[in-house]
Amino acid sequence: MDLLMWFSKPENTKPLGLVIFFVTFIGIVIYAYGSKKRSAQLESYRNIPFLDDQEDTKDKQ
Amino acid sequence: MAVTTYSGAEQYNFEIVKKFAVMSIVWAVIGMFVGVYIASELAWPFLNFDSPYISFGRFRPVHTTSVIFGFGGSALFATSYYVVQRTCQTRLISDGMASFTFWGWMAAIALADISYMLGHTQSREYAEMEWPIDILIEVVWVAYLAVFVGTIMRRKQPHIYVANWFYLAFILATALLHTFNNLAMPINLFSMQSYSLFSGVQDAMTEWWYGHNAVGFFLTVAFLGMMYYFVPKQAGRPIYSYRLSIVHFWALGFMYMWVGAHHLHWTALPDWTSSLAAAFSILLLMPSWGGMINGIMTLSGAWDKLRTDPIMRFMIVALSFYGMSTFEGPMMSLKEVNALSHYTDWTVGHVHSGTLGWLSMITFGSLYHMMPKLWETKMYSRKLIEWHFWLATIGIVLYIVAMWISGITQGLMWRAFDQFGNLQYSFVESVAAMHPFYAMRAIGGMFFLVGMIMMAFNVFMTIRQGKRESAELEAKLAAKLAHA
Repeated sequence: MDLLMWFSKPENTKPLGLVIFFVTFIGIVIYAYGSKKRSAQLESYRNIPFLDDQEDTKDKQ
Repeated sequence: MAVTTYSGAEQYNFEIVKKFAVMSIVWAVIGMFVGVYIASELAWPFLNFDSPYISFGRFRPVHTTSVIFGFGGSALFATSYYVVQRTCQTRLISDGMASFTFWGWMAAIALADISYMLGHTQSREYAEMEWPIDILIEVVWVAYLAVFVGTIMRRKQPHIYVANWFYLAFILATALLHTFNNLAMPINLFSMQSYSLFSGVQDAMTEWWYGHNAVGFFLTVAFLGMMYYFVPKQAGRPIYSYRLSIVHFWALGFMYMWVGAHHLHWTALPDWTSSLAAAFSILLLMPSWGGMINGIMTLSGAWDKLRTDPIMRFMIVALSFYGMSTFEGPMMSLKEVNALSHYTDWTVGHVHSGTLGWLSMITFGSLYHMMPKLWETKMYSRKLIEWHFWLATIGIVLYIVAMWISGITQGLMWRAFDQFGNLQYSFVESVAAMHPFYAMRAIGGMFFLVGMIMMAFNVFMTIRQGKRESAELEAKLAAKLAHA
């Protein structure tokens, strides 16, 4: 019950929310830019719009 | 990644894409015509003709609903169904449900427009539809979500391309916004009227939570989905950075939900709420500009296309307007700036630099790219596309410059005091000062509308040309078979 009461106070939940969201955001940035191998994998998805149409791949880089 | 080649016409459901694309243009012409008309009513009031049906108050939601949900919404249905099929390399999960979304959506917009003219409105901005129409939209939207998610679930491509993330976020967020903003109790089952579940400042807060997220998720996130597919396709080069698109997506999705309260500065809303909203609005500049840079830099190394390809020009100018309006928005959300700009025409100008400059231009570019592919032909006239581009650009510039001058003048006149501490100007004096700018705005709108009519003509001729070419091809094949 005490724990629930702790969550009911905005002065507790606001900084908690800030920490959760900030850590999540940093996690996403690390996920996107943190590993060379994963970066190469992610960047390979750029070509998906060109995969289903031979005609459109002509001048693709 | 799975690499597959398909002959689109047989593999995909393009019929539904065609229907939505055509209706998007029809609604654009209707909605923009009504927009020009109401702008003209403000400049030349005799145009009201003493008729309640076409008075500004009733006609204004006809304009906003037709352009936002009719033109924008239909374009989003069309492009999302097109993009999800092509990037997932699979057909829509259900042709019947997709068709239901089309007829349901068209019925909702038409009924809403008619009901406004008859005087029915629940007076919530951009959500004026009364409860029976809200329920219809809810059902259509759930069907849309089912079709979209179902199609993604049966994809042949293991990775879900980022454009689909944006479209899905738009569908989910719109479902949430529409549901909570329209919670209301009907007076009785046979009445169009209802009471909102919220009252006072909570009602205002809910309305603007919806209102700004409609801008954020319906009018931004969804069109970014369009951008992430059609800009690379038209440029013939992949998006500048896929990783940036991931950060763009999550940052935008997280921050937009918080900013609605900046519409309620200096009101009964607690001060911290609107200050928090302003802080998030400022933070939004970063992901917005990240996305803009990602789109524009896609053209890196092929800038000559801006000179040679009018469709690309539509898209890049759209991204430039996206950058401009996402700079202007956070600035206007600052309390001190807002004290001057709020309730003035500056807001109207800001909205239109986003909707005409960013949304309409990216939609025009995407439709010009997609429609010839759907009818397996080329655009009927490239010259008309060029004309459309310049008319639209001149129209936007006239519009927003008029509203900037008018809005700032209004704001300054309303807050001016004389040496005795009395208001220096009466309200009607500020209205009189607006007149030349209202006329200038209406003329800007006329430019934009003429460009739109040119597009409608060009598309109509393209469809005819596509049908003729395919009939000729079929006749040739039949003749060949007969001689074989």
